[in-house]
Amino acid sequence: MAAMQQESAIRTSNTARVLIYLLLLLFAFFYLLPLFVMGVNSVKPLSEITGGNMMALPEIWTLEPWRKAWSEAQVGVQATGLKPYFWNSIKMVVPAVFISTILGALNGYVLTKWRFRGDTILFGLMLFACFIPFQIVLIPMARVLGIFALAGTTWGLVLVHVVYGIGFTTLYFRNYYAAFPTELVRAAQIDGAGFFQIFWRIMLPSSGPIIVVSVIWQFTNIWNDFLFGASFADFSSQPMTVALNNLVQSSTGVKEYNVHFAGAILAALPTLLVYIVAGRFFVRGLMAGSVKG
Amino acid sequence: MGFLDIDSAFKTYGSVEVLHNVNISVGEGEFLVLVGPSGCGKSTLLNMIAGLEDITSGEIRLKGNLMNGVHPSRRNIAMVFQSYALYPNMTVAQNITFGLEMHKVPKAERESAMQEVAELLQIGGLLNRKPAQLSGGQRQRVAMGRALVRKPEVFLFDEPLSNLDAKLRVDMRTEIKKLHQNLGTTIVYVTHDQIEAMTLSTRIAVMNEGHVQQLGTPKEIYDTPANLFVATFMGSPSMNLVPVTISANGEAVCAETSNSFGETVRLAVPEAGSDLRSMSGKTVTLGIRPEALTDKDGADHRSTHVERCASAVGVTEPAGSDTFVTTSFGEAECVARMRADTDASSGAVIEFAFNMEKAVFFDPKSGIRID
Amino acid sequence: MAAPVDADFRTRLQIWLPKLVLSPSLAMALVFVYGFILFTVYLSFTDSRILPSFGWVGLENYFKLFRLRHWEIAVTNMGVFAVLYMLICTAIGLTLAIFFDQKIRGEGVLRPIYLYPMALSFIVTGTAWKWMLDPGIGLENTMHALGWESFAFDWIKNRNYAIYTVVLAAVWQTSGFVMAMFLAGLRGIDNEILKAAQIDGASNWNLYRRIIIPQLRPAFLSAFVILAHLAIKTYDLVIALTGGGPGRATELPATFMYSYTFTRNQMGIGAASATIMLMTIAAIMIPYLYSELRERK
Repeated sequence: MAAMQQESAIRTSNTARVLIYLLLLLFAFFYLLPLFVMGVNSVKPLSEITGGNMMALPEIWTLEPWRKAWSEAQVGVQATGLKPYFWNSIKMVVPAVFISTILGALNGYVLTKWRFRGDTILFGLMLFACFIPFQIVLIPMARVLGIFALAGTTWGLVLVHVVYGIGFTTLYFRNYYAAFPTELVRAAQIDGAGFFQIFWRIMLPSSGPIIVVSVIWQFTNIWNDFLFGASFADFSSQPMTVALNNLVQSSTGVKEYNVHFAGAILAALPTLLVYIVAGRFFVRGLMAGSVKG
Repeated sequence: MGFLDIDSAFKTYGSVEVLHNVNISVGEGEFLVLVGPSGCGKSTLLNMIAGLEDITSGEIRLKGNLMNGVHPSRRNIAMVFQSYALYPNMTVAQNITFGLEMHKVPKAERESAMQEVAELLQIGGLLNRKPAQLSGGQRQRVAMGRALVRKPEVFLFDEPLSNLDAKLRVDMRTEIKKLHQNLGTTIVYVTHDQIEAMTLSTRIAVMNEGHVQQLGTPKEIYDTPANLFVATFMGSPSMNLVPVTISANGEAVCAETSNSFGETVRLAVPEAGSDLRSMSGKTVTLGIRPEALTDKDGADHRSTHVERCASAVGVTEPAGSDTFVTTSFGEAECVARMRADTDASSGAVIEFAFNMEKAVFFDPKSGIRID
Repeated sequence: MAAPVDADFRTRLQIWLPKLVLSPSLAMALVFVYGFILFTVYLSFTDSRILPSFGWVGLENYFKLFRLRHWEIAVTNMGVFAVLYMLICTAIGLTLAIFFDQKIRGEGVLRPIYLYPMALSFIVTGTAWKWMLDPGIGLENTMHALGWESFAFDWIKNRNYAIYTVVLAAVWQTSGFVMAMFLAGLRGIDNEILKAAQIDGASNWNLYRRIIIPQLRPAFLSAFVILAHLAIKTYDLVIALTGGGPGRATELPATFMYSYTFTRNQMGIGAASATIMLMTIAAIMIPYLYSELRERK
């Protein structure tokens, strides 16, 4: 982000700087702590957790909790591990991200380059949809999914995530395309390019950064969703978050904390990886969506 | 009927009228410049010719064919934009041929047309670059190439030089002029720079607040501005405006004003028209360009009507080739254009020479020129 | 732009195509958002129990709702949670952003560390903090193991304090993001103004208090809107962290709505609670969106 590059003109004394560094490091410790705890405890035998120190490194290193979390743990009624749910999530996330991004790009293109009377109001209506508490749509959505035989299916969840995701993707593309010179569209019109030709040949090839933002945002949001997954999915479509919660909350048997931590990391891994690989874009995307409104 | 006709064109956005009854007829091969301050409606008019904005009422005809409602790509026009509007994802070659591709011109033909244009504009070495790798002047050339390759009936230029630095702007101006002379194309060109307008055009339309203030050759516009707006907008430094009282005495007509000391100055007006004569006893505005107000040695020797009077010098601004000297007449600040080595200095009283052949008069209320 | 009557076919098509392309998304928003909202609001005036039913009961569900101890707890918790969560996030975010703005070495390393929690699911966050705060295996147990036998920290199991653990986990997840928002605001301030103020003799404290922070108004507003809307929607975190417990100590409107609608079969009351949640968010979002969108014109 361009704004992130500017150097501040402010000067501070050396003592103040030492304090500032100390505090910044303290917060870094605070933010890293849960990740560290999850990490070390997921490679310990259970006895080391219950009988010992959560902060200590393992005395015996073991990958058994990970194997168990992935393929053996009791999730709900079956002892399948998290594996099938992980794939459920993938099968849901990929099409939902793809569809919502394409629709968002087209909407953003129309709302900035083909403006018409009342377009801002329509955009406002779509944008407000991002912010509603989803409790308000749970009951009718459950009915509609039932009517169209989509209840409990991955495609039902895809539909839900597309519907409530396009507000954000439209916002991103609209902000991005608003800064895209309209003269280019006019030049292309004079050159004889039509609506879709301009989109495919001129707009999309220049949309790399915002596509990355939209994909990361949607991927993170949809992967991390719990409410819709918990409300509308069954075993064949339940996403990772719901499965993790079931695993952790299950009241039967011994609580296998190390398996829970391994499962939590498994559930966090895809978004964490995306964040590590493309974190800069992710931050920029969050900023674009919030600061610019 | 001309080549490109704009007939009683109006444009309104809601209740705001941006263009009011525009009538312009452009002949084939003509270079028409639309000039005016920002917000005067010149770009809107250009976009209407291009078909990028629709026309509220009136007609636009190209070679006699009505263009209202015709898609921009079917008007046989090409446009060069202020920002050049080069497609950032395409190479120079792709940029130039995109329009031909959209019009389904066969590849071989596109290729040869592009080579021709590249040669004409000397951009052959840039064909595989992306716009981001080009300098401002190179982008400008590519943008012109993209317009030229289509061989359109009319070229539209929307402030094409305003993004270039001063020196490059002058070079490109010359080049556009050459191009027009060599190819004989019809051009409509929008600018807010009156020097560009003067140097490039065969005719100028000066616009303000949606009205065409005056349409004429550069010389007409400069020498006989239709009203105070045109008089002050065109020319730099701008025309001096001095309140004068007309006195007609038989054949002789005189304009009376005062110098910096409040002494009466009488300036004889040659070949005064009847309208001016009829203003006798009334106050009008005398317009005189800085180059027609000089020191006595600098006055135009061919002029037969040079009037002299003394006045005190305010400030002097040496500009290299000339020195601009300020004084006041009729309590209005005036700028005189003197030779570079003039001995005028601040506070000195010197003789100023009015070349009255170049003087024009305006009605101070309506702003319209009085002949 | 209306098509001129004399437009050719292609021009007319080009005028309709954009609207055509926008219409599926718009239709989805109208049906799945606004249609559903109307449906739910309607249900809140009916005697729906396990299934939607259309017997009109007027405001009865709302009267019932406000007499419910359960709802009262949820609303009180919401107030405590929202206020603390927003205040602490803003305070931490602003402080960290200001510190970050002092030409910090290693900003490139620290910033991702502050921000990564935002990429995690609330379920993961909840799980991690649930066990970290668990007296049996977490912090308390660790302190005991380290020899501090008298150390006690059982807030997550304590009815009076459990809600603060929700605040803690939520702050952990979002304060870094708030920091980024303020940092972007700080970096957007014209450095020449700061230099001018320094030449005028302003101390750093005054520089921030008088010049910089007042210019961060847009960032404060964005942070407020985002945090408020996240607070009202908080659901997953509570489910994973405390399950609403102990007892009902950490129930929030979102968890209340879910349990009344889907497990207690009081759909009318659930719908009424959802309507109230929507109205709260709308009261914040609509003026915000209105002002944001109007400025752009």
